[in-house]
Amino acid sequence: MATYTAPLRDIRFVMHELLDSSSLASLPGFDHATPDTMDAVIEGAGKFAQDVLFPLSLSGDAEGCTYENGVVRTPKGFKEAYTQLIHDGWTSLACDPAYGGQGMPAMVGTVFEEIVSSANIAFGMYPGLSHGAYRAVYAHGSDALKAAYLPKLVDGTWSGTMCLTEPQCGTDLGMIRTKAEPSDDGSFRISGTKIFISAGEHDLTSNIIHLVLAKLPNAPPGTKGISLFLVPKFLPNEQGEAGMRNGLMCGSIEHKMGIKANATAVMHFDEAKGWLVGPAHGGMKAMFTMMNAARLAVGMQGLGIAETAYQSAAAYAKDRRQGKSVAKGGPSRDAADPIIVHPDVRKMLLEARSMVEAGRALSYWVGLELDRSEHHPDPVKRQQSDDFVALLTPIVKAALSDLGSEAANNAVQVLGGHGYVHEWGVEQLVRDARIAQIYEGTNGIQALDLVGRKMGQDMGRLLRSFFHPVAKFLEEHAEDAALAPYVGPTAKAFARLQQATMVIAQRGMAKPEEAAAAATDYLRLFGLVAMGFMWCRMAQVAGEKLAAGANGETPFYQAKLDVGAFYMARVLPRHSMHFQGIMAGAETVTRMADAAF
Amino acid sequence: MGMGMGIERCAVLGAGVMGAGIAAHLANAGLPVLLLDMDQRAAAAIERLKKTDPQPLMTPDAAKLITAGSFDDLSGLAACDWIIEVIVEDLGAKRAMYDRIDAVRKPGSIVSSNTSTIPLQSLVKKQSDAFKSDFCITHFFNPPRYMRLLELVTGAATRPEVASAVRALCDVRLGKGVVACHDTPGFIANRIGTYWITAAVNEAIARGLTVEEADAVHRPMGIPKTGVFGLVDLVGLDLMPLVAKSLLTSLQPADDFRRVFQDQPLLNQMIAAGQTGRKGGGGFYRMEKRGAERELQAIDLTTGAYRPTIKPRLEATEAGRRDLLALVQHNSPAGAYAKSVLVQVLGYAASLVPEIADDVASVDEAMRLGYAWGQGPFELIDRLGAGWLADAMGAEGRDVPPLLAHRLPFYRVEGGRLQALTVAGSYADVQRSDGVLLLADIRRAGKPLAKNGSASLWDVGDGVLCLEFTSKMNALDEQIMGMIGKAIGLVTKSYKGLVIYNEGENFCVGANLGVALFAANVAAWPVIEQSVAGGQAVYKALKYAPFPTVGAPSGMALGGGCEILMHCSTVQAHAETYTGLVEVGVGLLPGWGGCKELVGRWQASKAMPRGPMPGIAKAFEIISTAQVSKSAAQAVGLGFLRPSDGITMNRDRLLFDAKQKVLALAEGYQPPEPFEYRLPGPGGYTALELAVDGFASQGKATPHDVVVSKAVARVLTGGDTDMLDVLSEDDMTTLERSTFMTLIRNPASLARTEHMLTTGKPLRN
Repeated sequence: MATYTAPLRDIRFVMHELLDSSSLASLPGFDHATPDTMDAVIEGAGKFAQDVLFPLSLSGDAEGCTYENGVVRTPKGFKEAYTQLIHDGWTSLACDPAYGGQGMPAMVGTVFEEIVSSANIAFGMYPGLSHGAYRAVYAHGSDALKAAYLPKLVDGTWSGTMCLTEPQCGTDLGMIRTKAEPSDDGSFRISGTKIFISAGEHDLTSNIIHLVLAKLPNAPPGTKGISLFLVPKFLPNEQGEAGMRNGLMCGSIEHKMGIKANATAVMHFDEAKGWLVGPAHGGMKAMFTMMNAARLAVGMQGLGIAETAYQSAAAYAKDRRQGKSVAKGGPSRDAADPIIVHPDVRKMLLEARSMVEAGRALSYWVGLELDRSEHHPDPVKRQQSDDFVALLTPIVKAALSDLGSEAANNAVQVLGGHGYVHEWGVEQLVRDARIAQIYEGTNGIQALDLVGRKMGQDMGRLLRSFFHPVAKFLEEHAEDAALAPYVGPTAKAFARLQQATMVIAQRGMAKPEEAAAAATDYLRLFGLVAMGFMWCRMAQVAGEKLAAGANGETPFYQAKLDVGAFYMARVLPRHSMHFQGIMAGAETVTRMADAAF
Repeated sequence: MGMGMGIERCAVLGAGVMGAGIAAHLANAGLPVLLLDMDQRAAAAIERLKKTDPQPLMTPDAAKLITAGSFDDLSGLAACDWIIEVIVEDLGAKRAMYDRIDAVRKPGSIVSSNTSTIPLQSLVKKQSDAFKSDFCITHFFNPPRYMRLLELVTGAATRPEVASAVRALCDVRLGKGVVACHDTPGFIANRIGTYWITAAVNEAIARGLTVEEADAVHRPMGIPKTGVFGLVDLVGLDLMPLVAKSLLTSLQPADDFRRVFQDQPLLNQMIAAGQTGRKGGGGFYRMEKRGAERELQAIDLTTGAYRPTIKPRLEATEAGRRDLLALVQHNSPAGAYAKSVLVQVLGYAASLVPEIADDVASVDEAMRLGYAWGQGPFELIDRLGAGWLADAMGAEGRDVPPLLAHRLPFYRVEGGRLQALTVAGSYADVQRSDGVLLLADIRRAGKPLAKNGSASLWDVGDGVLCLEFTSKMNALDEQIMGMIGKAIGLVTKSYKGLVIYNEGENFCVGANLGVALFAANVAAWPVIEQSVAGGQAVYKALKYAPFPTVGAPSGMALGGGCEILMHCSTVQAHAETYTGLVEVGVGLLPGWGGCKELVGRWQASKAMPRGPMPGIAKAFEIISTAQVSKSAAQAVGLGFLRPSDGITMNRDRLLFDAKQKVLALAEGYQPPEPFEYRLPGPGGYTALELAVDGFASQGKATPHDVVVSKAVARVLTGGDTDMLDVLSEDDMTTLERSTFMTLIRNPASLARTEHMLTTGKPLRN
């Protein structure tokens, strides 16, 4: 059976021992965010996820959402779970106290997203999208909009969505047709159809706040003419509660591969009343506030599913007995050994685990820098952190959602036929994980964002925020014998990443097609090197702890060294393939005639 | 007579802006000048010359060649070989002055007028036959040092020797492009230029284009870079009606300018309000202070009120960037504007040959050199097609000039030679003067010996090879370094020597910083160090090559571009060479041997006091403040050029002169002796450090200035050496390299580089 226990010890290791989580409390506004407080929050989150959300995952998948006459019903138990979620205050975790939030760092929010996604990704999307809406209105909304909507989004009585996609336009948002016409009272009348709207309609909250991309009359063509509007399902009445029904409705919900317990709605807007968020024609910028947070969250979904997949497969492998160990000298007396003894099975487990642990370290680091980018008193530090977040966001989104799929598939493989059967709960992970590679910008788009936008931005300044600390660490530890098994391979891969970066920048400047053809390989190369670097640092910490006696946790730290060593030997080498692909150039990608396909 | 042409002493009558500017430029050429005006005005004008920016004088010393005098005493003219009259544009006043000149001048001396409006035949009508035979018009453009056009008008009586002497002097010693014009109103450049400005302004107003849009539409036409309104601001709005009215008084009744000219109320209103352009603190554009920020504003052509500039986004100009025809055929107000302006202006120009000049090439050259058009009118017609223009004019019911009736291109390349269409409808080679050698001509005639993305190698004849940079802004990169290596190999095997020369706007703006910054951002330190070492090795190979190498710069030669010159056997520089080691501006130091060469030169300089420190201090001052010469002559004073290096005044003669240098040096050539350095090490460093800290405490140096200056000081004082040690050039480049690497790892240096690349301005961090 699928199994999940929140990996609190690993989480604490990354937050406190690897990353400098205690420094958060010194940032203005975070003085309450001490490691102890954060641990208590995360422990509570783990318990809620294990006990309440995880048991609803399989049943939610089987039942799915149902649609009738514009009304969507979530699966059995979801409403109750959601009530407990807001009762326990989880929706307000990383929100501004001015609007009723708990003001916890974004890093804690990132951890929460991982845990919830591990337990029940379909459920987690409802509060997840609300948080994206909260961030967009918080950053770009007028004071009136903030006062009217943020407290309800924070306390979870209302939820939020992002309405971007239309039937004729997905990735290329410049093509949207939804219109916004100004009314005399300063509001706008929004008309159009949006599709693939996650949590677009449901029965968990008393109101749903849609953030809708639309075009004003006489808007410039393309993405420069897009504006963002807040359009509530029910217009707030004088008491500020959900009042009159607005001119929008859910036309249907999709029947889809996974995340069946989350409603993916077709939304019709017919002169619905809405308000501008941010400046006219400034919708792309406002939307990217949502998008960047959302992309990080999608990365956490991939990581969360990979964790559950690993735990489920590892539990099965230790329990299931098939075949005898091929190792010499240790034949067991049993008829068959647990399949954990078989190298191929171990390899699948170690691949998942080594990337999950490194991915966790990398994504929490991004969360930490996100907090610094918003709260650090020194503007230079804020800029550096902002650069880092901007650079690593597409990598976290794509690499960790790829990881989710890979780990889930391998978990099915470990379970064999049982993995293929619904009631074991593991094939569901494959289906649920798949969407993370697609939405919030496909992973191909993430790669283009990295190569086309982030790489060249400000003459490559964003790169500095990653390459410089990594180069410094590798230089400083070049002679460290204990770390040599980690630093050596990582330094080699890092040098290739440097070379690939310069080659792509140079070739891409002359011929953009070169950069585009290299993009996905480059993102994967980058992700593998970044994870390699995280393993170097984790090995350093683990080594120091072991040298200092490990305080009774020798197996824990020894496992870090072992998993890291596996990563260096068996996962990091994947970077060679991507490097060679990049260096081979675009020619063989573009050569064949379109008609020959 | 050779290049002296018998003209040794000159006089300029009239010390206004033009007169003083002409006098200054004669002095730049090393000619003694008598500058005369009423009362003390000439002396005041000389003082003004020293303070004007851009500098009319190439060195402060040049001012010493100008002697001030008064109109009250013209006796000094008796000693002058060439007397240039630059007084008020008034026929009576000029004739009266000519009478006085004629009374004192020596027989056979040349007299010329700088008039822009009065016909030659009127000027000399009442003068003696001797005066007529010695007289011509030499029409300079403002500012005389920098504008390359000189319009030369000779009368029927002018002696051929007068024309050839003036032509030769203006060409070779003043560096001008001398264009022979007929004695017609406005000569060539102002005749067409005024028509163009008038038509372009009128059409913009009539068609409701903004100032910015009209200027943007002119960009793909390349006439000129400033656009039309920007140019009017530069020359002064008040000048425009004056020039136009002078033309209207003298042009034929049927001249098309009479149709185009309109009194523009807005223009009159602006002139009345003193909004005369840059000199009046604002014209069609102005800079407005808004708190600490400065905002560029433009005038609204309908209301006459200033507003912030709006960057125009015109599909027409996008389309026109490659294809001029696409611009004029673009179905938009901007496309229609471009078509209307071009059809009128180019049609007008085509109707003026042979009235104003013998050939189309003269007209094109005059517009390029006098109005800064990227291409002359006939070159522009070739981009559209003479047939297209003829049809367009016909469709508008305008007379099609006979020149267009041929429907033939005005230029063609035949047998590798550039030919131009003659009035008779046949083609003739475009003639180059003796001593003019252009890579553009060599390119037409053949293929380079070698070529990559950033450089080419050309055989320029007589066993001389030319290395041409072709990269963007002629920035130095790996490919150029590779080509230098290739050139050294080729010349060693089968040539006499190498010229490093190109015909870009600037010789070289230094290393490609974008590539360097990118490498630094990804912490590719070994790659950067390798490229520093690679450049050092290439420059060293250049310096000690077994054949002469001659650097021939024009325009900017900065950073690595300055360093390459310092490693050549000798330099033949265009007079307008702006060179310096500017690396500190981007937080770095000269790493391709610039520190080594400059300190070596200053230490060896006989002009410096004894001891190691004076030379070091001089080099330190020059590098740490990123001094850039404002002329080739100034570069000698800074040590970037040697007194033995040559200076060419005429841009078109630079390659020829550089090639002659190679040939002169080739026989029995010996590479230079390497410098040996005795440097004070930490003791000397401390002295410079104190000076830097002093500047910092006075607020004259920013925190990172201090870091960078100290790094420069460390290199120039020899690092950890002392006076007993002898350092080699290799020791010095090693020190340059290691110190360079500490700077480029500094985030504050990277911030400077990034700022320079993104804004074009230095960051004072």
